[in-house]
Amino acid sequence: MGLRTSLYDKHVEGGARIVDFGGWDMPLHYGSQKEEHHAVRQSAGVFDVSHMTIVDLSGDRTREFLQRLVANDVAKLKDYGKALYTCMLNPAGGVIDDLIIYFLATTRYRLIVNATTREKDLAWIREQAAPFGVKVIERAELAMIAVQGPRARELAAPCIEADWRDAALALKPFNGLQAGEIFVARTGYTGEDGWEIMLPAASAPATWDRLLAAGAVPCGLGARDTLRLEAAMNLYGSDMDESVSPLEAGLAWTVAWEPADRDFIGRQPMEKLRNSPDKRRFVGLLLEDRGVLRNRQKVVVGGGGEGEITSGGFSPTLGRSIALARLPAGEYDRAQVEVRGKLLDVRIVKTPFVRNGKILIDV
Amino acid sequence: MTELPGDLLYTKDHEWLRHEDDGTVTVGITEHAATALGDLVYVELPEVGQDVESDGEMAVVESVKAASDVYAPITGSVVAVNDDLADDPEKINSEPYGEGWIVKLAPDDEIDESQLMSPDAYQQFLDELDD
Repeated sequence: MGLRTSLYDKHVEGGARIVDFGGWDMPLHYGSQKEEHHAVRQSAGVFDVSHMTIVDLSGDRTREFLQRLVANDVAKLKDYGKALYTCMLNPAGGVIDDLIIYFLATTRYRLIVNATTREKDLAWIREQAAPFGVKVIERAELAMIAVQGPRARELAAPCIEADWRDAALALKPFNGLQAGEIFVARTGYTGEDGWEIMLPAASAPATWDRLLAAGAVPCGLGARDTLRLEAAMNLYGSDMDESVSPLEAGLAWTVAWEPADRDFIGRQPMEKLRNSPDKRRFVGLLLEDRGVLRNRQKVVVGGGGEGEITSGGFSPTLGRSIALARLPAGEYDRAQVEVRGKLLDVRIVKTPFVRNGKILIDV
Repeated sequence: MTELPGDLLYTKDHEWLRHEDDGTVTVGITEHAATALGDLVYVELPEVGQDVESDGEMAVVESVKAASDVYAPITGSVVAVNDDLADDPEKINSEPYGEGWIVKLAPDDEIDESQLMSPDAYQQFLDELDD
């Protein structure tokens, strides 16, 4: 038996197929992954993401600490509740994890890190925080529910206390708010509008029931993966890890180079890669043949270069197979992928593939 | 899960076979296999006329989750493939024992049924997997 979230019984009640995910017993789907995927694109879906690790930081030097810890600059966070997506890097410039940082108050920030990297993340954060006198507190008593889709906020609004409801509905993308016992943020991992809400684990089952009663469709990790792939959002462990720079994982936009004297961990080796002609590309692929692209398949490009698919799968919205891939430097817009000994044609496309229910590439 | 059809034989790889009146054998995957794979999105079929060997790879079914080989349960040759699966692979999920059939084979020799399971034996095999 693995770790279980406070919603585990709800998943079993809902007929979920339970799988191990980083030591957690989590729902893969509740019957049809494709139907769950479409529900999020067309209406609203609800995900249990309580396995993710919530870490609160506090102390006078927290901001200074985060400016050292992560590649993006928390100085960009001007208003309380604002969120920032970034990576924390090892001294070699590889990605220890990707995370979201919420600015809660002058001396308080909240981090959301991955479940699969929990232990090493906490150890790393604590080690780096010590010299700054920053307190690191894991909030394991909180559950997290993501409600995503064009109707998500409307369906979830009644779960927010009346006093806070208008303010919650007025949140701009990538902003959050403590609304009574619920922290609500307009963030997600699907490419759709919606909220992620953090609340006491004991309150989560009742909130889950309310969301389902309102018409949100329960969705498992399977749909979460195909939705984030269509939205071209990276998955830690697949698209990047400690051996990969954010610059070669499509995450250059999460690195703040200015101010030039901000000495964040991993900056020096990344400076060298920044203007290197050998810097690998990180691209979206559309399979032109029939078949399905999968993680770790070999990609062959003109001139004999080789790369690899970091995340591949079937896109339910496109009805085609798509992938994210890391490829050799060079100017080319086509490639071939080796699938069971055969070379299949793929086209390099601008990502995201899908956003807010709309297909953004030529198929 | 629905009851196993009584007129089929089953394999440890979660495939089923049906003896047709013309001496051919129709092959598909069981509901257990289809459910475990999840929504099917692509099927790679063999060529008609192709020879297959018992336990050799014969087709590939791919779901949203993973690719999985379909093995030939007998030695013989492919006499028909279910082309409808190209546009509608989810037939394997919705009707695994009917419209979701995968290939028809002409056996080379008498089929060795000692390697195959009756519905009752397969049901027991499934029950033991759950334990």
